[in-house]
Amino acid sequence: MPVSSDEDSFERVVLPHLDAAYNLARWLMRDAEAAEDVLQEAMVRALTYFASFKGVNPRAWLLQIVRNTAYGSMALHRGVEMVPIIDDSGEAIAELVSADDDPETALLRTRESRRVRELIADLPVELRETLVLREFEEFSYKDIAEATQTPIGTVMSRLWRARQLLARAAEAEGLA
Amino acid sequence: MSDIRSEPRPRCDKVLLVQAELDGELDAAQAASLEAHRAGCPICQAAQTELLRARELLRGEAYETVPDDVRTRVMARLQLPERRPEPVRRWNWRWLRAPSIGFGLGAACAAALAFLVVLPQRGDLADAVVADHIRALQPGHLEDVVSTDQHTVKPWFDGRLDFAPPVRDFAADGFPLKGGRLDYLDGRPIAALVYQRDKHIIDLYVWPEGGVAARLAGDTAIQGYNVVHWTAGGMNFWAVSDVERGQLDEFAALWRKGP
Repeated sequence: MPVSSDEDSFERVVLPHLDAAYNLARWLMRDAEAAEDVLQEAMVRALTYFASFKGVNPRAWLLQIVRNTAYGSMALHRGVEMVPIIDDSGEAIAELVSADDDPETALLRTRESRRVRELIADLPVELRETLVLREFEEFSYKDIAEATQTPIGTVMSRLWRARQLLARAAEAEGLA
Repeated sequence: MSDIRSEPRPRCDKVLLVQAELDGELDAAQAASLEAHRAGCPICQAAQTELLRARELLRGEAYETVPDDVRTRVMARLQLPERRPEPVRRWNWRWLRAPSIGFGLGAACAAALAFLVVLPQRGDLADAVVADHIRALQPGHLEDVVSTDQHTVKPWFDGRLDFAPPVRDFAADGFPLKGGRLDYLDGRPIAALVYQRDKHIIDLYVWPEGGVAARLAGDTAIQGYNVVHWTAGGMNFWAVSDVERGQLDEFAALWRKGP
């Protein structure tokens, strides 16, 4: 293990992407507890293999580990129904509501927001992960292709299908 | 949402370019040429409307930042002593098992079976095996035949391969058989047996030996996956998993011990 300077320590390079790692794990697993398990395991794995990381994009590297860990976990639990990502307490939802909204608008936004999250959670997992990486992480097509080990053309058609499913479902339900 | 059908392929082959433009993936020249097409293509115009609607839905939506208590537990976990792989100890293990040293781990391991190839570099094949393992973890790819019964899995392979892979279940030893699938490695169809160890999947790839010793790597670790290779009874065996090295070695030892 070579001595690493502060600038390229695990803490400086990888830990800033902990939120991204959790976000992906949460959306892939659709369950807070399962997501934490995946996050824990992925971070240990990332730390263990950090010495061999030579790339320029630590976030894509970390998310690739998270993804592989999540798929490993899903492979074990295949067939087991996961609890939807929606938090019953509504607390997470409440944070999304802007203070500027009047109560009626706020309630409407909350309901819509909840439903959109359910629609995302219902997407097939390969569409969901592509959408999450693009929309939440703002990954380029190339980064998504790398993180998901998928050809760029497939990334593009998955994104298209994910967005189309969302848009049509929302339209069918009269969501704004 | 299962009642809603998406089109597997867009009806105009420029639709994905419309999307690419919205995602900022096109340069100016590409965007200009797309604009010329879109002006006269109702399919692309409709697609753009749909894509903008999807974007609007997702605006400001649901980024899951890590909760404080989860962060605390992760940080605590990362302080564990098993922070780094220990190459020195691994080498010792390998030397212990190398036949040239003159003793095995026990009588059971002796003569008949499995000489680990002691080459430190990792081969193309090891990379291919790990890549296949990762691919197999994707939804729907893990098992073609799902059965914990070796007497179901073994005949399933019979009609599908030009060799009869050995199939064994080690449930009693903590490595239950989950199923099997066909894969393609080393330029030929091969058998992949799927095992489970606690919360981990182990893929065991089996195919007849083909005189490619120069390409065989020793035990290694790639992208966080441990790889163990051995040969026995005229077959190549490659075990790949994210279980700890020691457990994968235990799994390999069970196999090498013979029926």
